[in-house]
Amino acid sequence: MRESYALIVIGMGLVTFLPRWLPLILLSRRRLPSWLIEWLDFIPAAILGALLAPSLMTSGDPRHLDIGRMDLFVALPTLIVALKTRSLAGTVVAGMALYWAAGKILAVIP
Amino acid sequence: MTALLFRSLLWNEVKMTDKDRILTAEPQKGAALKRVLADGMAAAWPICLGYFPIGLAFGVIAQKSGLSPLEIGFMSLVVFAGSSQFIGVSMLAAGAGVLSIVATTFVVNIRHLLMSSALALHLDRPGRWWLTLFSYGVTDESFALNLARFHGDGWDWRRALVLNHTANATWIAATVIGGYGGELIPEGAFGMDFALTAMFLCLLVFQLRGRIHVVVALLAGGISVVLATVTPGNGYIIAAAVTAATAGLFLKRKRVPRTEGLP
Repeated sequence: MRESYALIVIGMGLVTFLPRWLPLILLSRRRLPSWLIEWLDFIPAAILGALLAPSLMTSGDPRHLDIGRMDLFVALPTLIVALKTRSLAGTVVAGMALYWAAGKILAVIP
Repeated sequence: MTALLFRSLLWNEVKMTDKDRILTAEPQKGAALKRVLADGMAAAWPICLGYFPIGLAFGVIAQKSGLSPLEIGFMSLVVFAGSSQFIGVSMLAAGAGVLSIVATTFVVNIRHLLMSSALALHLDRPGRWWLTLFSYGVTDESFALNLARFHGDGWDWRRALVLNHTANATWIAATVIGGYGGELIPEGAFGMDFALTAMFLCLLVFQLRGRIHVVVALLAGGISVVLATVTPGNGYIIAAAVTAATAGLFLKRKRVPRTEGLP
């Protein structure tokens, strides 16, 4: 392995590790103020919304709004499956099957 | 072990029964450890399913830009962050310097600050070394899955740790396989490319525990779409999440007057 490559990777590893590690070491086992606990309670829903929406509704580089993507069309029934079944396994399997089927159908339509 | 794993797979959603509680509490440490390993590994499957095609794709791209399978595996082991590995390899291929690659990686991964902060609420048991080992495995996916699990029964930091490292092992393996010849595996097989999106959708549903959570998620989605289209990079994730969570806090405090100290 080239030395410069190893150096780059170790540098990347360090700066990736720090944001993962610091909050856990600083915040766990500590009594946090109630507003912070309530704020952190909203973080998962907020992060998931922020991760999902652009991945479904934008495309290209630079990104632009694109609401005609197959991902978005498949996401809607997948979301309904998640709401109805509340099953992770069922949602993932249904989502994959729908995505696979949608791809096949789109390939046939001229 | 296999039977256990199979059962956990089938009853993935089932809450811990009383029998299980007695099992984990009894002094037979070996059996309890096996159960922790089986639970953690079984729960990780949606992540593994999603990491596999992405890892393969990364391996193929990395190999094409001149990295050996060993170098690919080394990066996956040390960095373990999908998007920044893709960016790192493309910058390497473009001849970028150490500092600019490391700085870009830092910016791309700073969103983990938020995730580890939210996870910290549920990790008051493990000591520092275990926390360190755990933190290495915090990704978008393991964060979302572990938090959903922590809100239910039968989940603890040991299982969460196993989940993190199962996902990590899958990622390393997939990237190395990709480096050896991932082109041979057909692209888009079985809708695997959609596995992580479907998992995130379901985990989002699990997080919608009240009307304010729905508002927060919609707000984060709206803000992130706008920011993603007008700004480069992925700073939009952290900006949208912080804004939406803060708005949620204000909404909650406004709607529910504080009653602390009242009888």
